[in-house]
Amino acid sequence: MPEPLLEVNDLKVHFPTDDGLVKAVDGVSFSLQAGETLGVVGESGSGKSVSFLTVMGLITRKQAQIEGEVIFQGQDLLTMPPEEMRTVRGEKISMIFQDPMTSLHPYYKVGDQISEAVRTHQKVSKQEAREQAVEMLRRTGIPRPDERADQYPHEFSGGMRQRAMIAMALSLNPDLLIADEPTTALDVTVQAQILDLIDRLKEEFNAAVALITHDLGVVAEHCDHIQVMYAGKIVEAGDRRDIYYKAHHPYTWGLLSSIPRLDDTGVRERLNPIRGLPPSLIFVPGGCAFNPRCPHVFDKCRTDVPELLPSDGHHASRCHLSLADKERIFQEQVMVRS
Amino acid sequence: MSIQVTERTEPEPTAAETPLIRLRGVRKLFPITRGILFQKRIGNVHAVDGVDLDVHKGQTVGLVGETGCGKSTLARVIMRLYDATDGTIEFEGQDITRVRGNELRELRREMQMIFQDPYASLNPRKTVGTIIGTPVRLHGTVPRGKVKGEVQQLMELVGLNPEHYNRYPHEFSGGQRQRIGVARSLALKPKLIVCDEPVSALDVSIQAQVLNLLEDLQDELGLTYLFIAHDLSVVKHVSDRIAVMYLGKIVEMSDGGGLYRNPKHPYTGALLSAVPIPDPDLAAAKKRIILEGDVPSPIDPPSGCRFHPRCPNAQLPKCSEEEPELRTHHPGQVAACHFPLEDRAVIDTDAVR
Repeated sequence: MPEPLLEVNDLKVHFPTDDGLVKAVDGVSFSLQAGETLGVVGESGSGKSVSFLTVMGLITRKQAQIEGEVIFQGQDLLTMPPEEMRTVRGEKISMIFQDPMTSLHPYYKVGDQISEAVRTHQKVSKQEAREQAVEMLRRTGIPRPDERADQYPHEFSGGMRQRAMIAMALSLNPDLLIADEPTTALDVTVQAQILDLIDRLKEEFNAAVALITHDLGVVAEHCDHIQVMYAGKIVEAGDRRDIYYKAHHPYTWGLLSSIPRLDDTGVRERLNPIRGLPPSLIFVPGGCAFNPRCPHVFDKCRTDVPELLPSDGHHASRCHLSLADKERIFQEQVMVRS
Repeated sequence: MSIQVTERTEPEPTAAETPLIRLRGVRKLFPITRGILFQKRIGNVHAVDGVDLDVHKGQTVGLVGETGCGKSTLARVIMRLYDATDGTIEFEGQDITRVRGNELRELRREMQMIFQDPYASLNPRKTVGTIIGTPVRLHGTVPRGKVKGEVQQLMELVGLNPEHYNRYPHEFSGGQRQRIGVARSLALKPKLIVCDEPVSALDVSIQAQVLNLLEDLQDELGLTYLFIAHDLSVVKHVSDRIAVMYLGKIVEMSDGGGLYRNPKHPYTGALLSAVPIPDPDLAAAKKRIILEGDVPSPIDPPSGCRFHPRCPNAQLPKCSEEEPELRTHHPGQVAACHFPLEDRAVIDTDAVR
C-alpha cells in the first residue's frame, strides 16, 4: 500500500474551560490516500470539525491541549513551526466552510479575494493573479467569470458563493481539500451541483477530499471511505458499502433510520430517530459514550469502553455487541425497506 | 399591462367540505422604486404570481421549491403578514384577504407559524416560560394566574422538561429550541400551523425527532399543517399533498406517492433527482436531471413557461411563448408543462432490487 497522504494517529484535542475539560476529540486515528474521498459523519459536537481544524493548524496549542500526530506527506504538522505551517495551509491543504456568506469578506471584490490568496503564496504580478482568479471562477462553473470577479459577495447567490469559495480553495492546487459541511446551507438542487463540482475538480486536480457532514445521504454518492464520529471518537469506519449495507454500530443505525427516504412506500411511516441528545463533552458517559441513547445497551456498555475493532478489511466498529448480533439487528431493524 | 389569467388547480369545493384555507389567484408583488423624494415605481418583484391552493382540515400540504421561488412569501401572505396584491384567501369559507383590526387579531389565534432558525426566532433575553406564555397573555385566553400552568403543560406536550420554565434559549440545543418554537405556536390552540423550513437547520437525528413530534401533535390535536421546505424527502414524508413551486407559480401538485412514482414536470424530476439517497446502489441507478444555474430573477420572469431557460426538455419556440396551464395527468395530479415527462420514476427502485 502506498504511503498515505494524511495519517492521523491518536489525536486528542482537549479545551480547558471554566466548567472543566472539553474533550472535543479523544483519540482519533485514520489515514487518507491521495485521490480518495473520505466522508466524516456525525452530529453537532461529535468532534468532526475540530479534528480537521487541528489538521489545518487552525486550532493550536495556545487554545487547546493537543496530543498525537498528524503526519501529512511524511511531516508531523503538529510540531511544525508556524511559518512553515503557513506555507502548507493554502498551498497543500485548504478548506471550505459551511456558510459561504460569512467566510467571504463583504467589503472586497470576489476576484480580489481569490487573487490575494494566490499572491500570498506565489510570486506573481497582480495581473497574473487576477487571470488565475478568473480562470478558477470559470472552472468552478461561474458564468461570465470576467464580470463576476469584479462583483462583491452580496451580488452572488448562495451556490455561487460556495463556488467562489471552492475556486479560492483550489487556486493553489492543494493536495488535500477539507470541505466542512459545504452544502448544509444550500438548496438540494444546488447541493447536488456543488457535490458534483467537488467530485469533478478532485479528479482534475488529483486531490484528496475530506467531506464533513451530518447527513449520511450526502456522502453515499461521493465518498470512498466513511467514518462515523460520536463524542470525539470514531465509532465506525469502513468503505461506503460497509456503512450502508452492513453497518455495525447502533449510532450508525440511528443515523440511517433518521433520514426520511424518498423510496419509502409508507411501510415505515414513522421515522426512528436516536433518542435523546448528544452528551456533554465535559462529562462523557462512562463505558461506551453512546450507552444512554443506545436501544441495545447491556451491563458491559456502562462500565467498559469498547475498542475500535476491525471485523473484516477496513470495516471496524466500536461496540460491545457480538458480530452475529450486529448483523442480525441490522438486517431485522435497519435494512427493512420497501 | 396584460390580463392575468390564473389557472384553476383545484376543483370548486362542494358545500359539504369547505377547505380550511382556500387560495384563489393569489399574487404578491413587491414594488421596486427609485428616487428619494418622488419615489417612482420602476418594476415589481413577482414573488407570488397567481396561486390556487386548498388546504383541508387535518391534512398536511407540503410546499417545495428552491430559494426564491416564493414559498415563504406565500406563507406570509396566508398568515396575513403581507397583504396580497390580488386574489382571495379564505379561512373556513370566510374571505380574510382584507380583514383588519380586531377581526384580524381574532384570526391570528387560529393560525400560527413555526420558523426555520430556532436561534433567530426566540428572544435571547426572555425566559422560555415568557416566550411560550406571551401569546396566551396577549390574547388573554387563560386567566393570568393560570398562565404558568398552561405553559408547563405545553412544554410537556412538546417533550421539554417543565422545570426548565425559567431557563433562557441559549441553554437549549437546536432541536430543543425548535420544540420551544412549536410550543409557542400551539399556545393559542390554532387550527392551522404554517411551518416554514422547520427542520432544515437541524441535524438529521434531531430533525427526525421534530418531524415525529409534529406528526404526533397533528394526531392528538387535529392540526392542519402547511409545510414548507426545499428538501423533497422531508416534504414527502410529512405531506398528504405536495405543491411544487417555481418562480411564484405552482408547477405541479400531487400526493407524495404519485410525485415520486411519476413526476410530470421536469422541474419536479430535477428536484427528485437532487435529493441525496442514503443507499449507494440506488443513488447510482438514479436518473440525474441536473439543473444549471439558479432560479432566475422574479423581477422580470422568463416569458412563456418560466422554467424554460433551465429546462432540459424545453422545445422552442412553444415553451418560450406559450404559458402552460395546469392540466390533470393522473387523478389528483396536475402539472403545468407542454412536454411532460413520461410515466416513470426518477429513482428506479426495481432496477436495484
